[in-house]
Amino acid sequence: MNTSKTLFQKIFDRHVVLERDSGDALLYIDRHLIHDLHHRAFATLKANGQTIRRPELLFGTPDHSVPTTARTLVDIPQGEMRDTVSGLESAAKEMGFNHFDLTDDRHGIVHVVGPEQGITLPGLVLVCGDSHTSTHGALGCIAFGIGATEIQHVLATQTLWQRRPRNMRINIDGALGPGVTAKDLALLTIAEISAAGGAGFAIEYTGSTIRALSVEGRMTLCNMTIEAGAKSGIIAPDEKTIAYVKDRPFSPKGHRWNEALTYWKTLFSDTDASFDHEVLIDATTLEPRVTWGNSPQYSGSIGDTLPNPANEPNSIKRSEMEAALTYMGLQAGMAISDIKVDKVFIGSCTNSRIEDLRAAAAIAKGRQAVVPTLVVPGSGLVKKQAEAEGLDQIFKTAGMEWREPGCSMCVAINGDTLAPEERSASTSNRNFRGRQGKGSRTHLVSPAMAAGAAIMGHFTDIRSLN
Amino acid sequence: MQPFSSLTAIGVPIDIPNCDTDQIIPARFLRRAKDDPKYATFLLHDLRFNSDGSETDFIYNRAPYCDGQIVVADINWGCGSSRETAVDALVANHIRAVVAPSFGDIHYNNCIRNGVLPVRLPTTSCNQLREQLHAAPGAQMTIDLETQSVTGPDQALYPFTIDVFDRMRLLEGLDDISLTQQHEKTIESFEAIYRDQNAWAFDS
Repeated sequence: MNTSKTLFQKIFDRHVVLERDSGDALLYIDRHLIHDLHHRAFATLKANGQTIRRPELLFGTPDHSVPTTARTLVDIPQGEMRDTVSGLESAAKEMGFNHFDLTDDRHGIVHVVGPEQGITLPGLVLVCGDSHTSTHGALGCIAFGIGATEIQHVLATQTLWQRRPRNMRINIDGALGPGVTAKDLALLTIAEISAAGGAGFAIEYTGSTIRALSVEGRMTLCNMTIEAGAKSGIIAPDEKTIAYVKDRPFSPKGHRWNEALTYWKTLFSDTDASFDHEVLIDATTLEPRVTWGNSPQYSGSIGDTLPNPANEPNSIKRSEMEAALTYMGLQAGMAISDIKVDKVFIGSCTNSRIEDLRAAAAIAKGRQAVVPTLVVPGSGLVKKQAEAEGLDQIFKTAGMEWREPGCSMCVAINGDTLAPEERSASTSNRNFRGRQGKGSRTHLVSPAMAAGAAIMGHFTDIRSLN
Repeated sequence: MQPFSSLTAIGVPIDIPNCDTDQIIPARFLRRAKDDPKYATFLLHDLRFNSDGSETDFIYNRAPYCDGQIVVADINWGCGSSRETAVDALVANHIRAVVAPSFGDIHYNNCIRNGVLPVRLPTTSCNQLREQLHAAPGAQMTIDLETQSVTGPDQALYPFTIDVFDRMRLLEGLDDISLTQQHEKTIESFEAIYRDQNAWAFDS
């Protein structure tokens, strides 16, 4: 009998409290993150006569409903936005779970805060009521988004029913060229397997390209795993991961650190572990990418022209491509570099970490943005770090706006939105219809490519900017 | 949660591949309470309403489709955001089942936990069903969870599979928390051993 296991299976098995004959497992949950949109969860919990089973394992911070001009609660306009943020804050006080409020430097986008604080660690099972929870898998843990009813379940029982997903391995080899980033790799991967390709799977990323990525780059890739249909992406922890988590506020210390290391060294897929599906990707020819459709699976290289749907043999894709070109106000055959943008957004749980801001600043330095550009750091600590490095000055000198942390124009429910038919270059994760405001047109790119679009007013090959 | 055993109702064909949960309910409605009297209008809002509030000619606005309770969709229905409000918006419109070739994983789970039956059928079957529903507006179809079959407007039978635990949840209208709390002793003993063996994860 083959007792070899994938990395995902190793962590999963360790958390199984009990398993039904059907194969559904009750999993123990090590970390639960929560944000403002779920503030009603606590009233529901109380109404159902339940309590939070392990408040010390619950971490909350407001991100979705936070205006990027607000530094305190009273800076938020009265009404549902402020109620949402204050709702989470008062629940935290009343029920005694960890909470980083707006005035706390540790606050920010929940998927930036978790790793930054050492809340996210290799080998754990972490959940959050947000699909981009897949981000945390970059540190070698099982992390996935859940719905509101599942949140209730985790709050009340610290467990969750899960079916074992199938296992997919995406092996990516080859060195990334200059100006090519984890974001481009994510867009290529989604284009390869499609927006539905990962449904029912847990994806593990392996290969020399993955090893060479920084931990923050790995977060960008795992973050967008949900855009390929898979709830979770995972990367085996290595020296980079361990160096990243060491000495973070919530990471283990002293002899506990050594115990953790002993366990973490077992966290890899066995050489003869079997995967239900394998994908091989060559990253050597990857170029900076730009999405042009209303699903992240539709992207091209910066030097490409837009495809003609008439040449697409698959009828579903053909009609989807036609609809997307119409909605986006684009024509088949036009050069991607000829697409002009009205606004630029640099931020979101995909690309708002310090390395992202450095990459954007490297392009912005000494240049001028010709369209309104919003730069939104992922957390208070990222903001401080960027300011210590003078990045804020580079952005401001370039005519860009330097804002307070939050989800901002990725989900566009904090006041930062596009007007109908306005077009953005955005470092976020979704180019769905209306995602950045009703009628908005979103093109997903890397931070450097977004900064390049801000400087030129249209998409441009940042490798040719000197 | 309302149990689901069998439903005969008008089918609504929605020909949008990768219909993400942002389409099913736009993000600006996420802070609204479930008892908002306008909740039902949030479903597929930006496909159904123009900026001035007038209705578009989107199929779900049209009679007799507007009385439909079964959606027949295209690939990857409910992909994207984990927002369970997407299911709340379906329920607010009395939609109790969605038939599609594939679903977003999180949305699928959210459906199961709210008494909405997600049925996976092959792409060709979904295409056939949508064609029939377009050809005969108001045609009824039946979904029987006991026998795990869909009966199309053409009276053809389309069998489907579903996880036995999910099937039981829907048939009995089971609330997961009370089910799980029956295992409290097992959880307690697991937790004691697990936390002892993994003290590094809980003792920072």
